[in-house]
Amino acid sequence: MSVSLTYAYYPGCSSTGTSIEYDMSSRAICAALDITLTDVPNWSCCGSTPAHTVDHTLSSALSARNLCQVASMGLTAAVTPCPSCLSNLKTAQHRMKNDSFREKVSKLLDKPADITVETKSVLQILVEDYGIEKIKAKVTKPLTGLIVAAYYGCIMNRPAEIMNFDDREHPMAMDNIMTALGATVVPFPLKVECCGASFGIPRKDVVMRLSGKLLDTAKEMGAMALVTACPLCQMNLDMRQEQINSANGSKHHMPIFYFTQLMGLAFGLSEKELGIDKLCVNPRSVINALGMEGDSKEKSQ
Amino acid sequence: MKIGVFVCHCGSNIEGTVDTAAVAAAAREFPGVAFATDTMYTCSEPGQEEIVNAIKEHQLDGVVVASCTPRMHEQTFRRTVERAGLNRYLFEMANIREHVSWIGKDREANTNKATELVRMAASKLLHNRPLLSKQFDINKRVLIIGGGVAGIQAALDCAEGGLEVILVEKTTTIGGKMAKLDKTFPTVDCSCCILGPRMVDVAQHPNITLYAYSEIEEVSGYVGNFEVKVKKKATYVDWDKCTGCGICMTKCPSKKATDFFNEGIGKTTAINIPFPQAIPKKAKIDANFCMKLQKGKCGICAKVCPSGCIDFTQQDEFVTEKVGAIVAATGFDLFDWTVYGEYGGGRYPDVITSLQYERMLSASGPTGGHIKRPSDGKEPKNVVFIQCVGSRDKSVGRPYCTGFCCMYTAKQAILTKDHLPEAQTYVFYMDIRATGKNYDEFTRRAMEEYNAKYIRGRVSMIYPKGDSLLVRGADTLMGTQVEVDADLVVLAVGADSSAGAAGLAEKLRISYDSYGFYMEGHPKLKPVETNTAGVYLAGCCQGPKDIPSSVAQGSAAASKVLGLFSKDKLASDPQVSVVDIKRCIGCGKCIKTCPFGAIKEIDFRGMKKAEVIETVCQGCGICTSTCPQGAAQLQHFTDNQILSEVNALCQF
Repeated sequence: MSVSLTYAYYPGCSSTGTSIEYDMSSRAICAALDITLTDVPNWSCCGSTPAHTVDHTLSSALSARNLCQVASMGLTAAVTPCPSCLSNLKTAQHRMKNDSFREKVSKLLDKPADITVETKSVLQILVEDYGIEKIKAKVTKPLTGLIVAAYYGCIMNRPAEIMNFDDREHPMAMDNIMTALGATVVPFPLKVECCGASFGIPRKDVVMRLSGKLLDTAKEMGAMALVTACPLCQMNLDMRQEQINSANGSKHHMPIFYFTQLMGLAFGLSEKELGIDKLCVNPRSVINALGMEGDSKEKSQ
Repeated sequence: MKIGVFVCHCGSNIEGTVDTAAVAAAAREFPGVAFATDTMYTCSEPGQEEIVNAIKEHQLDGVVVASCTPRMHEQTFRRTVERAGLNRYLFEMANIREHVSWIGKDREANTNKATELVRMAASKLLHNRPLLSKQFDINKRVLIIGGGVAGIQAALDCAEGGLEVILVEKTTTIGGKMAKLDKTFPTVDCSCCILGPRMVDVAQHPNITLYAYSEIEEVSGYVGNFEVKVKKKATYVDWDKCTGCGICMTKCPSKKATDFFNEGIGKTTAINIPFPQAIPKKAKIDANFCMKLQKGKCGICAKVCPSGCIDFTQQDEFVTEKVGAIVAATGFDLFDWTVYGEYGGGRYPDVITSLQYERMLSASGPTGGHIKRPSDGKEPKNVVFIQCVGSRDKSVGRPYCTGFCCMYTAKQAILTKDHLPEAQTYVFYMDIRATGKNYDEFTRRAMEEYNAKYIRGRVSMIYPKGDSLLVRGADTLMGTQVEVDADLVVLAVGADSSAGAAGLAEKLRISYDSYGFYMEGHPKLKPVETNTAGVYLAGCCQGPKDIPSSVAQGSAAASKVLGLFSKDKLASDPQVSVVDIKRCIGCGKCIKTCPFGAIKEIDFRGMKKAEVIETVCQGCGICTSTCPQGAAQLQHFTDNQILSEVNALCQF
């Protein structure tokens, strides 16, 4: 008999706003797969990029605080959908292996920093703890005919010695999930290239160039949609797609899904609970091509 | 017993952190010590003379030298005391350099520790007894493992020196990696043209017995008298009858067998002779691809073979050879570059290894010497070489420099231009390491005369773009990113230790480093010896090296073997186990635990007793700790000797 999986769930700030559909769909598919996610009580921001660019100790203290909250729940493993949050959690844990660094953090926390909690991404628990075969078994509406490119971004797998997940240059976790859902996955060569990340604010031209290249290449490869696992990547590619088009003179209309949303669709969950309507680039034509819309129409008739 | 103690300064190596005069003064108070002094360099000629003179002047009958590790100078000082008329085992050494002065800076603590080590040595010496070696015969035949250029050189030099040579090669032909090369640097002469004649010499030399497609199964014995079991793997062809005509290859219908010799560029037939100059030029059937062996249908080769040599029922055979010395020349393997996801991890057909490129350049290779892209057979216009793939890269566990890739990359850039004058070559490099004779001039020629564009920086990514590959990297001299549109990418893949290196090392009882390369006796002074007497090294099994160095080591190993065999008898090491027959109760436990089979059961006046075969005993001491009666005692390390050391140390 299989033991049901239980994790402390750390949503991260984006999940309450720009990537709320990632949060919704992550919770929905975990529920569908009998994976229990318990929210970390009174969690706080990981500090994101600004914190660690200013001070390593303070940045680590923010993550250490959340890890202590997890430990207080009596759980040993925490999961977050956001690679940036995960990167901060893991980097803090890595730095705290150094005793004197850990002492500094503990001083800031007014209590000993926890070093026992294991941290993983939602993607990681799905492929490592749950398993592709079991995911495949849950598929009720295979995504047959959907051609996607899986895009992981820079930090899901790197630096390899800290993230310790999949291949640092050629990850396959999402590719394998998409294949299990019945989709066709193109061998996307830029799967770990940078989208421009937070340069979207100070140097928009960088994002236009880098994210533009991702869209161009995905289109060249014949992808109908991009699949992401990172709120920032998704935002740059999705929300800024029109800006990219006008900056580069391109005419992309490529839906940018979270992998969890496509999993939900394949499991037969409703578009509403997956937050499909939150996407900027309208995915209707792609979803229609899967014949799913037809299904729901038949039902409504 | 009158003991003399000599405490060495080793210049400032020891004296810098140990008060040697104080150690000597303390030693004068130890039981049995009649004389003690400190000396500047004990191993120097005046230092040794001082020992000889002191032995005579003070009628010493035992000597302690406190200096470096016994591995460095134990033999030296044993000869010194022997010169003064003492038995060489009435000498003890205290290691106060590696174990004391080099590892601690506290002079007082160091001096105390050095004093204690000298006290231990002196108290052991009180229990030492003179030991005498026995003489034994040598079998003057030599086994050479590996038929690459190093092994070939060692085999020919030994054979020319009059020795009987057994050469064992794992694949069906000798020649090794060198036989796969098109040209060699820095002379750009044809590799097979210079190696081919040496291979023929091996085949024709009356003193050389060649076992190709064979492997070492078991090694027992000791220097002078090894016994080696060789496995002759089944080839399904009777090599006594095979003439190497090759008709079978032209008729074999299974044409999709892996072409190991051509590094997987193209396919070959299930029955196969790897290349025209193969030695021995004999066919072998690859059982994985043979229809007859797989499905029981076909057998065409047997029908067309004019000499009737096909034998589908052939089994592995074992032969035993007795030799006096062994040379390991097992070479290297290519690093598995597919761990580099950024280079495509093996997904792009037009990203190939340097050795595959050599086969493509070779006139006898699968493309007949034409450079063609594996994907579509087109001639490439832009060829990009990437150096240090699996070399100098900690992230893939290979921090060492392979050493020859810079040179062969320059050679391949030159040859590319020779084959395709219109082509443009690019070389991504970290540093150019061209330290051999005429080497740097050669790499300069590649840049200056053959217009290879050298870019200092690593490649971060290769990905397909239309028909070609986009190679993106850094130009660290310009401080910019570069992108090159490449038709073909050649990876300068580094050297790994040979796949079976560790297993063979266990059989030969030699040590290897964490990368699997065999350890030489001393990194500077014993480059081809191992720490196992009678076993020598040649070529890349000891570490990556180019052809001239491999050949030099082959000759060096041969000269070591010839030197060993210039004596008719060898002296045995008397530091072996001896069973005291009065104490032995014949329980036989020692016989069971001895890893070398060096203890036998004898009948002594109707009683069962154990007896050590002196020439087989390696002096490991396992029997002495097994024996419940203390009857088995390792000479020079008896219970009494070791306990006296313990007592000297644990006085308080």
